[in-house]
Amino acid sequence: MSERLVVNPIDCKAHGACAELLPEMITLDEWGYPIVDPRPVPPSLERDARKAVNACPTLALRRLRTDDR
Amino acid sequence: MTAATAGAFHDGASRAAAPSDLPRLLPPVQGGKRPQDLAAHLARHGDLPYRDRIGTPASPGALIGVIEQSGLTGRGGAAFPVHRKLNAVLEAADRRRRTPVVIANGAESEPASDKDATLLWLAPHLVLDGLQLAAEALGADTAILVTHADRKHDVAGRVRQALQERLSLRLDRVPVQLAVAPARFLSGQETALVNHLGGGPSIPTFMPPRITERGLNGNPTLVQNVETLAHLALIARRGPRWFREVGTAAEPGSMLATIRRADGQPRISEVPLGQPLRYLLGDPQQTTPESAVLVGGYHGTWLPAAQAAGLTLDNRALERVGARVGAGIVISLPPDRCGLVETARVVRYLALESAGQCGPCLNGLPRIAAALVELATGRPRPQTVEDLQRWSGLVTGRGACHHPDGTARFVRSALVTFAAEADRHARGRCSAASTAPFLPIPAAAAQTEDDWT
Amino acid sequence: MTLWYASRATGIVALLLLTAVMLLGILVTRQGRLLGLPRFAVSGLHRNLSLLATAFVALHVITAVTDGYVNIPLTSAVVPLTSSYERIWLSLGAISLDLTLALIVTSLLRRHMSRRAWRAVHLLAYLSWPVAWLHSFFSSGDLQHGILFVIALICAIAVVGAIVWRLASAARDVPRAERVGLIMTAVHDRTRRGPDREARHDRRDRTSTR
Repeated sequence: MSERLVVNPIDCKAHGACAELLPEMITLDEWGYPIVDPRPVPPSLERDARKAVNACPTLALRRLRTDDR
Repeated sequence: MTAATAGAFHDGASRAAAPSDLPRLLPPVQGGKRPQDLAAHLARHGDLPYRDRIGTPASPGALIGVIEQSGLTGRGGAAFPVHRKLNAVLEAADRRRRTPVVIANGAESEPASDKDATLLWLAPHLVLDGLQLAAEALGADTAILVTHADRKHDVAGRVRQALQERLSLRLDRVPVQLAVAPARFLSGQETALVNHLGGGPSIPTFMPPRITERGLNGNPTLVQNVETLAHLALIARRGPRWFREVGTAAEPGSMLATIRRADGQPRISEVPLGQPLRYLLGDPQQTTPESAVLVGGYHGTWLPAAQAAGLTLDNRALERVGARVGAGIVISLPPDRCGLVETARVVRYLALESAGQCGPCLNGLPRIAAALVELATGRPRPQTVEDLQRWSGLVTGRGACHHPDGTARFVRSALVTFAAEADRHARGRCSAASTAPFLPIPAAAAQTEDDWT
Repeated sequence: MTLWYASRATGIVALLLLTAVMLLGILVTRQGRLLGLPRFAVSGLHRNLSLLATAFVALHVITAVTDGYVNIPLTSAVVPLTSSYERIWLSLGAISLDLTLALIVTSLLRRHMSRRAWRAVHLLAYLSWPVAWLHSFFSSGDLQHGILFVIALICAIAVVGAIVWRLASAARDVPRAERVGLIMTAVHDRTRRGPDREARHDRRDRTSTR
C-alpha cells in the first residue's frame, strides 16, 4: 500500500521545513510555498517523507493513502 | 410587489430547430414573462411526486436509480453526476448514522450568469419540488435554499412568496429555510457555502473531508445547483427516457444558457446539450477574423469566434479545444472591444475576490492581474507574457478551491486567442474602438471582514 | 542536603531551557529562521528542547520532594496550595507545571484534535512561562542576587521583547479584504518602475495566521 503527500494550502504558512527534509519530492516556488510531487512516495523515501510530515509546524503536510479521494 | 420581470428574459428555445418539448424548466414563451404561481405550476407539471404518492415503495434508493438512468449531471458548472453525489451522501449518512442536509444552491456568484436568478424568479416551484424530492430520497430533515445578495430583483422575496403558497397546500414535508449568500465570487463554491451557513465567512475549506461526508454541522450535505434540482423534479415526474429525448447520448437533457451578444444584455435560453454554438453567438455578419467568444464564464475559455461557431455546447466537443460548458455562459465580444482590456478587468476582479487563504493564490493572482493590466494598457515587456505563463502554471491546482485554476485557464486562453492583439500592444497600438467596459463586474470589492460574512 | 542543591540547580537549568523554548516558539509563529540553521531546525529545536526542559523540571521536582531538608509533598508539584513550605511560590510552580504538561500532551496528540483546540491550549504558554519565572525568582533567594539575578533578568527581557516583536509583526499583517488589493498595487508599482528586481526575492505576502 503506497501513499502520496498532499499539502493543505490553507494551513500552509510557508515555513519550508518539508522541502528541506524531502527535496526529492518537494520544492519551493518563488514565494516559498511547497510544490509537492503528486506521485506515490517510493519506499526509499518513506522515512524522509514521514520526517517531513512530522516537521511541519502547522501539520499542513499530510499523507494520503492512494485510494483516498 | 410589482410584476417586475427578471433582469434577463428568456426567449424560449433559441434560433435552432429545437424540439417542441423545450422549454422544459421555464414557462412557455407565450405565457410572457410572468412568474408561474403554484396553480399554473401544478397544472403544467402535475403533482409533486413523492415516492409514496406515486405508488412505489418509499425507499430512498428509488429516485436515485431513476436519476442515474437519466444521466443528469450538475448544472452549477462542474457537471458532476447527480446520482453519485446522492449516493455519497446516503452512504455517509448510513455509515456515520447522521441525518443529511440538502441545500439548493442559488448563490450564482458568477457575475456573467443570470440563469439561476431567472429560474428562481420564473419557476421557483420546480426548484422547490426538486429540493423536497432530494430531501425525501436522502432522509434529510433540513432543507436550505440560498440566493444571491446582490441581484436587481428580489429573488428571495419571490421564493418566499412561493413557499407561502406551498404552505397553504402543505406541500413541503421538510420546512425550507431561506439564506442569502454574500456578494462574493466564491460564495457559491460548495465548501464556502457550507462554511457561511455554519456561521463562518464565505471562504472555502480544504477537502478531505468532502461535504457529502461531513458538511453543515458535521452532517453529510448535498449541495446542488437550483437548475439541477428543477431537472430532478421533472425527471421524477416524466422519467429518465423523457429526459434523454433531448441532448446527446453522453450528455443528455437541456440546460439554461446565459447568452450575451453585442448589446451586452443577458438572455436566458433553455437549449439542448449539444446545441450548435453558432445559434448562440452574435450576428455572423458582424464578426471579424479576430472576433472572440467567451465560453464558460470567468473561469472559462476565450475562443476565436470562427472556431466557436463550429462547436457544440457539450463537454465532449468543448474539451477538445480546452473549454468546458461550465454554467452555460456564452458571451460574444463585440468587435469594437479589446479582449485584453476586458480580460485584465475581469482578472483584477478575480484577484480581489481571492479568499487570500492559500499562498499560491494570494501571491499569484494579484501579480497576474497587474501583469495583465500592463499587457492591456501599457507597453508590455517580453518578460510580462513569460511571467503570466509561469504564474498561471504556479497557481493551478495549488489552492483549496478551483479559483486559481479557473483564473489561470481564463488567462491562458486570452493569451492564445488574443496573441495578435498582444503583439499590437507591444508595438504601442490597440485595435479596439471603444474602451467602455463590456463584461459585467460588480462594483464593490470586499472592504472589511464583514463583507465576507 | 545535596539533593536540595540539585533541586535548585536543575530548577535554574529548567528555567533557561523553558526560556529558550519560549523564544523558539515565538520565532516559529513568524516563520523565522535561526542564524544559518535549516528551516526545520527552529520548530525541531523548539520541540526537542521542550522535552528536555520537561525532563529537567521532573528532576527538579523529584529532588525537591525526596530531599529531607524541607518537607515538600509530591502532590504539591501539581496541586497548588498543598505545600506548607513557600506555599504561594510553590503553588505557582505547580500551576506552571500543570500548564506545561497540558502543552506537551496536546502537542503529542495534535493529530487527534481540532486545530483550534490545540492552538487554544498552546496559547497557555504565554501564561505558563511568566508563572514559571515568578516561581523561580521568589521560591528561593538564588535568583535575587549576583550573576543569577542578571540571568533571570535577561530571560525576562528576552521573552517580553520577543512578545512585543511578535505583536508588532502581526500588527503589520494586512486583513484579508485589503491584502489582495495592496499586493496588486505594490506589484503594479514595481512593474511600472521597470524590471529592476527579479521575482525570486519579491516580498512573500503572508496569508493570515488564523
